[in-house]
This record gives sequence, C-alpha cells and structure tokens, in this order.
Amino acid sequence: MQNDKNVKNALDKKAAYGPDVDINAFKTGTYTPDKIDNIEETDTDMKDRMVNVGVTPCKSGRSGTMLFVDNGPSHISSCNDDIELMSLRDAAKRYDLSEYLWKAVSPDKDKYTAKSYLEEADGYFIRVRAGKHVKTPIQTCMLINRNKQMQNVHNIIIVEENASLEVITGCTTSKHATESLHVGVSETFIKDGGSLSFTMIHNWGDKMHVRPRSGIIMERNSRFVNNYVLLNPVGSMQSYPVTYLNGEGASAKFNSICLAHEGSDIDVGSMVILNAPGTSAEIISRSITLGGRMMARGKLVGNAAGAKAHLECRSLVLNDNGLTSAVPELESNVADVEMTHEAAVGKIARDQVEYLMMRGLTEDEAVGMIVRGFLEGGISGLPDHLKREIDAAVEKANLGS
Amino acid sequence: MVLKIEDLHVEIAGKEILRGIDLEIGTGQTTVLFGPNGSGKSTLLAAVMGLGHCKVTKGRITFFDIDITNMPIDERARLGIGMMMQRPPNIVGVKLKDLVTIISGDSKTAMDMSNEFKMDKFLERDVNVGFSGGEIKRSELLQLASQCPQFILLDEPESGVDLENIDLVGNKVRGLLYGNACNKREDGVSALVITHTGQILDYIGADRAYVLKDGMIACSGRPTDLLKDIRMKGYGECVKCRMIKM
Repeated sequence: MQNDKNVKNALDKKAAYGPDVDINAFKTGTYTPDKIDNIEETDTDMKDRMVNVGVTPCKSGRSGTMLFVDNGPSHISSCNDDIELMSLRDAAKRYDLSEYLWKAVSPDKDKYTAKSYLEEADGYFIRVRAGKHVKTPIQTCMLINRNKQMQNVHNIIIVEENASLEVITGCTTSKHATESLHVGVSETFIKDGGSLSFTMIHNWGDKMHVRPRSGIIMERNSRFVNNYVLLNPVGSMQSYPVTYLNGEGASAKFNSICLAHEGSDIDVGSMVILNAPGTSAEIISRSITLGGRMMARGKLVGNAAGAKAHLECRSLVLNDNGLTSAVPELESNVADVEMTHEAAVGKIARDQVEYLMMRGLTEDEAVGMIVRGFLEGGISGLPDHLKREIDAAVEKANLGS
Repeated sequence: MVLKIEDLHVEIAGKEILRGIDLEIGTGQTTVLFGPNGSGKSTLLAAVMGLGHCKVTKGRITFFDIDITNMPIDERARLGIGMMMQRPPNIVGVKLKDLVTIISGDSKTAMDMSNEFKMDKFLERDVNVGFSGGEIKRSELLQLASQCPQFILLDEPESGVDLENIDLVGNKVRGLLYGNACNKREDGVSALVITHTGQILDYIGADRAYVLKDGMIACSGRPTDLLKDIRMKGYGECVKCRMIKM
C-alpha cells in the first residue's frame, strides 16, 4: 500500500512538464451525475459533443458504452459477455484490484495523480476475458458538464491472455464548461498474447487544462496501438504516458496528431521502456502549429537485447507566432539494441503546393491536401472516423488561407 | 494563336536566365525545344506554367489572347495548360488515387485511366514517393490525361525511361496530343516539348523546333533537320551554321 503521507506531500508537486495548474482553484465535480438510460435521448449539445470525439449515441457497432459526466458514471451499457464494463468503484467492490490499482502509475508522481489517489477517483473498468476477441469497439466518453471544476477520473483496462479489444475514448465538455480541469489516470495491463487498440480523441474548450496520466504494462507477445488526436483549441494539455514492455516480444505503437491553435499550450509525448528481449516500439508524432505552443516529446529506453525502436516527430509551422519544439530522446543500457529517431520542423514546401496547383487545385485546396496528408501519412491503420475528423478540422481551421 | 511569348525575360534567384524570348505556337502545333544543359529550356516551361521560382522581369505571355504573365498557376491550369515535370516533388501522405480523383472529378475515371497507364498498383502510394523514372513519367501522364489540357508542356518526357516503358510513354504522349479521349479538345492539342535525344519524336510529329542557348533562341527550323545538325556538329556548330542560313 502506498504511503499516504508521501502522496499528501505530492499534492504540491508540480508536473515535470507543462504549465503548472492550481488545482485548488477548481471545485470538485459531482460524483453522482444524473443517470442517462438511453444516450440517444440526451440533449443535442451533449450528443453532438460526443459524436465529435468519436462516441456514437447509437449502440450499433459498439460492444459497450460508458459515459462519465463530471466525476461519476452517467450511463453504462454493454452487449457483449466477453467483456466487463463497469465503474472502477463498482469493480473495486467486486474484485480485489490490488495487483492493478496504482501499479502502472505512481500516485506521488505529481499533484494530479496525488489528488486522484487521495479522492479515490472513479472511472471506467474494462476487462476482456482470456482468449476472447471482441470485434466491435468499446466506447467511453468523459464529459465535463460544469465550469471551473475539476474532473478527476481513474480508469483501468485489463486485456487478459490472448484476448483482443479496441477502445475508443472521447473527452469533451458541454458548451458552458470551458474553464475546467481534467485529470485522468489510466492504467492499462495487457497480458501474454493480448492485444489492445486504444484511440483517444480530445475536444476541449480553449481555456481548459488537461492532464492525463497513463501507464501501460505489457507482458509477453502483447500488442498495443495507441492513437491520440487533439484537433481543437485547448488552454493547456500535457501528457506523457509511460509504457513498460516487460514481456519478451511485446510491441507498442504510439501515434499522435495535434494542432496547436493560437493560445493553446500542448506538451505531448510518450516514453516506452523496452525491458525484455525482442521487444519493439514505434512513436510517431505529427503536429501543426497555428500560433500555439507545441512540444512533441518522445523517449525510448532500451534495457534488453534485441530491442528495436523508432521515434519520429514531424511538425509543420504555419505561422510565425507559435513555438514548436521536437524533443526526441534515446537511451540504451545494453549493447544489442537498435533505436533510431528522426525529427523535422518546417513549413509546407512551396514546390509541393505549386505541383498540385498545376493540376488545377486552388492554393487553399493544395495546402489542405498536403496538410491532411502530413497529418495522416505515416500512420498506418488510422480508423476512417479519425480521418473524417482530421479532414473536418483541417477545413475548419482554414489551413489553406 | 494558342501561345504567344513576346520578349520574355525571366530571373531565378536574381540571375537572368531567359533574355528576350519570342515564340508562337498555333492550334494543334507541336514545337520542340533543343539546347544544351543550362540554356533555359526548363525555365521557359516553368515560366509559361507560372511556377513561383521564375520571376518575369519583362515581356508578356498570352494564351488564346489572354494575358497570363502574372496569372496564378491554378488559373492557368484551368484555362487548359498542363505540364509534365521532369523531376516532380514527392507529396508525402497524398495518395495518387486521391489526386487523380480530384483532377478528373470522379474516382471511376481515375481507376479506369490508371489501368491504361499501368499505374493501378500505385494508386494507394504517395504521389511520386519511391517511384522509378518510368513510374514518374506514367504518373505524370496519368495526371495530365485526367486534366485534358489544351496545351501541354513536356519536359524531357523520355528521360530516365527504360526501353520497355518508352513505347508506353511515347504512345501515351501521342494519345494526349492526337487522341480523342478529351472530347472537348476538337481543335487538337498543342505542345511545347523539351527533348535532348529526340526519341519522343518517333512518336509525335513536331512542326517546328528551336535551339535555346544562353537564354535566347539561337535558331529555329524543321525538327528533324535541327536534330540531325545537333547530332553531327553539336550545339555550337549547329547554331553557327543555322544562323548563316536564316
């Protein structure tokens, strides 16, 4: 058990990266939001916001749906016996979760994790049974419904041996909650031969502060693909998930796509620690600065023979007001590893724009096509709904003008 | 007159490359440009297309009597000017299929045409990324065919193409100029073609040829005669001897 005193002391501990947020300036959101039986019947604003982060109110094509409003569950439905979907507090009543709780993220990491730990924050609990392949995704939505309050959630995903699962999670606010704080601790465990595809889409308000804290522990021959997409303005967003490849042959892939609008401060990265022989990892980041601050981090740590990993940060700068920084790091503690990185920051190449204009595209159309290609290119298997989101964001951000 | 170039002066990065070019191309005519490396041939094509690195400092370009000297590239394209580049840029993340679909206006035409140009296997590939010499030419021609231009600028269409592909490339260029794929082009398509080897002339007829030297037109004549002279005597001698005859 954690030493609570240490965790209490951590309530003042600033995060390693990103601007500091005074957590006492936010009220704690309610743990007992109104229950929604049928999310198809929620109000239009809420429904639209859910759709914008990839969460469909319709049950078809989904194995389960969970909606968190502020700090408590508002809707849970599941139509697949191979999965367990419930609130973390309910799961903790039913099971002994001591081998999972706070095992992938340390509660005294910083003030946000400490707050979550001390409040015993609720969140989603998702488990897929051993050997089961869940064909349609589970979707979760974290929605902040009130202004100037703190949403504090703690999630756990367990993929048992040789099982596979896809999770789509969307985080957003209702239209009047524009200046709130979201803290989300997510601990993920993928056991031998398990596979998880996890897509997170964020759509916040332009004064929102967002601090996800994620840890992923992977066993032998497990697979993890993580897609993170942030296309709309946000006050500040800082996240740096850490993945531990502890089992031989495990592999992880992180893709992130971010647009740093004017006024947005984004600091996003991933760290993968390759602890077992034959593990592999890939971190691919694509970002565009439209006048905001964009930090793209990535760190690979090779601790075992035969580890292979690649890190790629590419950023386009579309005007002079913003700041872009790509910070790739490689660390090797054994001889037999192969780790590479590449980083590139620059503007759109004029000859490419002109080439497309030669074929009759207007300058705006040409720039839009190149920007979409930049964001989506290099990321294999990007789901269609994400492509549509990206296309819409590129159009909305008027990137061609 | 399809294209009329009058006293055209063009600079690249502050250096004058074209120094007073006059040239006219009529309906359905194909004109060939010869000239040593660095003589300004590609710059002339780029200036007609309106590419940004070419700065017109003097003179005028008209296309069907419309002054296009300062017109944006895409407007020139929509007027009916098309270009096959010798070394087009890589467009990472943009699939050939998406580009051809946008150009031709529908995906079915794009699919059908890509088979014809043996580019069907490349539709899901990023435009020009990792394409071989022949593949780049076929991709350029596929894009041009989707555009149905009235006037085509061809920059060394045969360069870097192997013997097997040259027939396909040559026949496709011929198709673009004389074929009836684009019904709206009943008057015939005109072209301005750069060639070093003259190989492309086995596939298309050319009405007139010019030799460009140091940014000026040094001489003009029948394409086959000029090519023969260049082959026998080189550019220097050819220019001298043609100047006397002119």
